[in-house]
Amino acid sequence: MGRYILKRLVSAVPVLLGITVIVFAIMAMIPGDPATAILGSYATPENVEKLNRDLGLDKPAVQRYFIWLWNMAQGDFGRSFSLNRPVLDEVLDRFGATLVLAGTAFVLCSVLGVAAGVVSAARQYGLADKAITFAVLLGISIPSFFLGMMMILIFAVELRWFPASGMWPIYGDRTVLVLMKHLAMPALALAVVATGVVARLSRSAMLEVLRQDYIRTARAKGVPERGVIWRHALRAAMVSILPVLGIQAGFVLSGAVYIEMVFQWPGVGRMLVDAILKRDILLVQGGVVLVAACYVMFNIVVDVAQSLLDPRIKT
Amino acid sequence: MSTLALLARNRLALAGLIVMGLVVVLALLTPVLPLPDPDVTNTGNRFVKPFSEGALLGTDHLGRDQLSRLMWGTRLSLAVGFAAAAIAAVLGAAVGIVAGYYGGRVDNLIMRGVDMLMAFPYILLALAIVAALGPGLLNALIAVAAVNIPFFARNIRGITVGIANKEFVDAARLAGMNDARIILGEVLPNVIPVIVIAMSTTVGWMILETAGLSFLGLGSQPPQADLGSMLGEARAALITSPHTSIVPGAMILVIVMAINLLGDGVRDALDPRLRSGALTRPMAATLVRREGPVPEPVGDDVLSLRDLQTQFHVKQRVYRAVGGVSLGVKPGECLGIIGESGSGKSVTALSVMGLVASPPGVITGGAVHYKGEDLVGAPYGRLRDLRGREVAYIFQDPLATLHPLYKVGDQLVEAIRVHHAISNKEARAKALSLLRDVRIPNPESRLDSFPHELSGGMRQRVGIAMALANDPEVIIADEPTTALDVTVQAQILSLLDTLRREKGLAIVFITHDFGVVAQLCDRVAVMYAGRIVEEGPTRALLEAPAHPYTSRLIACVPELGGGKRALHAIPGLPPAVDDLPPGCAFAPRCDKAQPACREGEIALETHGARKLRCLFPETELEGRA
Repeated sequence: MGRYILKRLVSAVPVLLGITVIVFAIMAMIPGDPATAILGSYATPENVEKLNRDLGLDKPAVQRYFIWLWNMAQGDFGRSFSLNRPVLDEVLDRFGATLVLAGTAFVLCSVLGVAAGVVSAARQYGLADKAITFAVLLGISIPSFFLGMMMILIFAVELRWFPASGMWPIYGDRTVLVLMKHLAMPALALAVVATGVVARLSRSAMLEVLRQDYIRTARAKGVPERGVIWRHALRAAMVSILPVLGIQAGFVLSGAVYIEMVFQWPGVGRMLVDAILKRDILLVQGGVVLVAACYVMFNIVVDVAQSLLDPRIKT
Repeated sequence: MSTLALLARNRLALAGLIVMGLVVVLALLTPVLPLPDPDVTNTGNRFVKPFSEGALLGTDHLGRDQLSRLMWGTRLSLAVGFAAAAIAAVLGAAVGIVAGYYGGRVDNLIMRGVDMLMAFPYILLALAIVAALGPGLLNALIAVAAVNIPFFARNIRGITVGIANKEFVDAARLAGMNDARIILGEVLPNVIPVIVIAMSTTVGWMILETAGLSFLGLGSQPPQADLGSMLGEARAALITSPHTSIVPGAMILVIVMAINLLGDGVRDALDPRLRSGALTRPMAATLVRREGPVPEPVGDDVLSLRDLQTQFHVKQRVYRAVGGVSLGVKPGECLGIIGESGSGKSVTALSVMGLVASPPGVITGGAVHYKGEDLVGAPYGRLRDLRGREVAYIFQDPLATLHPLYKVGDQLVEAIRVHHAISNKEARAKALSLLRDVRIPNPESRLDSFPHELSGGMRQRVGIAMALANDPEVIIADEPTTALDVTVQAQILSLLDTLRREKGLAIVFITHDFGVVAQLCDRVAVMYAGRIVEEGPTRALLEAPAHPYTSRLIACVPELGGGKRALHAIPGLPPAVDDLPPGCAFAPRCDKAQPACREGEIALETHGARKLRCLFPETELEGRA
């Protein structure tokens, strides 16, 4: 197992490098002159030229890429001009908030989605199945940002159950309970779409598995139906559900952008949108690379979980 | 059934189609409708509530007419969403077809790139692209299209690989057609359904994603507004004037939901697997819909079937898989059921414990008596309690019938513990002794093996051990040796024979092989088209088969050392059990058939120890009862 994890980690290196290449290539497409963008259109040519030199923008793109990569390897992601602080500090400050939000949403969508899918498949064409199928359809069709706004209207403004925005109150204690109150609505709004996707897939994976011969064997042994569904069928269905959970992790991680905007959540997503509007390229690059790297790492965890689940996978 | 008809039959998809059609028509008509200019501001008239005079949906924070903005915004959102879907589909399909068609290094290189792009959470990728191109609706469109290209490319490559290796493509190549003509003429038409499915399931996403980018202020720029930016602008006034948010948000929801409904319908209509209705899950026990009286138990058989009828109901058709079968087995006895595939022998066996997949299986008549208790009418709980404890099964292919993800030992332990409240440790000890009973070498280490780590013969021994786990009275073995090679088959048969003698088991043995029957069974019943045509003691039946079908079936068995003897395959095929001929079902293939064979019911008559359903038997049987 240790060797398998190591192997997967090694195989992630080219993917991570590829991600840096893609991010850099996209940013290199920027029309016009970044220095002008920074200094504004009234800058003197001398100042623009000086800034270009300071930023290393007078060098060829390939060379610039390797300098950027080498600096990142040493923990230097450059400096955000709009915030005037190191990119890495800013991203790391905000990354925790995003992880709390996306992590909670991920747990919600995995647990609720799989459970809904299993119940739906076990009661195919029954009332529960129909209700879940409809809820799923609604869930995957509603824009998460609209859902978030409606939740604020209902649960924060009307009912006053939850605070409307932010991660922490301006005054008061920072306890887990306070965090949970702030987290409930954004995490749920973020999880809804992913839950729908997971539930759909879980349902069809379960239907596929329930037709297999080994399910008939379990029934022939006299295993109660609950055990047939949750122990025999779900275990086998998880083999095809897990990869989708991996994809949904990426979805909640990046979809957090919308939710962070709606709920004023102090995460990476909001930072990225601000950075894009201010054309703070280094900050965008750093943020995107770190979030993408986090996603790649999470998918290694998924792969390892998959190999633990399915003994037929060669480790 | 045609694709369109299927789509129309799906009521939800139809609803989606109607709503979507309505929205599209309205969007197309927007420029000619008598609407106020969507961009004219009137700050004196801000946040007018809906259903007011002159503004049906009210006005927004700049006093602009909401209805007009909604219509124009819908128009824009639809256009952008569909354009993004079309671009992604065309480019993705092109990439996928090239990769799949040329294969080799081209494929490798392209798919590496695609995998790399898919390693990105795709909203992040879209943000990066917009960051580079700058905010704007066109740029948002490009970004959303771009991040969806890998998805299309991967899907379509998979299909293309399959098509590129088909005979008709080889034929086109041999005919001297060039690659471009083959791709456009042979490959593309076969890929289009996949493209349509992929588009119909993603266009909703693309509308959501572009709306999302606009919502963030990265898409359409003021004063032009799509639904997303309307929502984004309204957010500041969410609490004071919620209607400005609800109007565009609800519209996005309606559009995307209609598209998703329609997309599901399209997928169902185009996906042949769903068309056959194959994706239904079997219920915990076979459905029972008995008409007519329930037969009373007779005799001292431990298990007896009385006039059992099991059917498969597929849409309008009724397949009579088991058409009234009566059988019995005594303790310590082995009864063989033999017949070709499709003769209903497995369905008969599975009906005993309600294990016929349902839907489509339905038990429509007769009874199964276990020690005098009717199992067909028994509630599920009782059936479950008897399954494995009193009547156990051994199935054909142990690789498919053992759970692939659980260790052999755990599966045995479970079989024991569902019926006995004992500790895990005790159950494990029992599992170990079971593996010894079925002569598995190194049983201690085998407990921790997964099924795929065992050989076919070992797996079937595990299957037998599992059947023995609760010392059942009856074992039903459904072709347990068919998937095994001959030497292993002989070992398994002798193991079953020993176990039967040691434990006094009653065995019902399903097979299509007379050689196996001769080795193991005391009595044998021959099935054809869902009914028993002949039954009797094995030796007597083998030496003097009375039904023409039995004798033909015996003639099919090659004999070792029998010299060069022509093998007599039976001409023709067994009849479809949804359309049985009147009279003898074998008559169309029988060379002794007379007109009388094709008229009316032929009864299964008892002749001493034997039973026969034939008017012109090969051998005259004595002692007609």
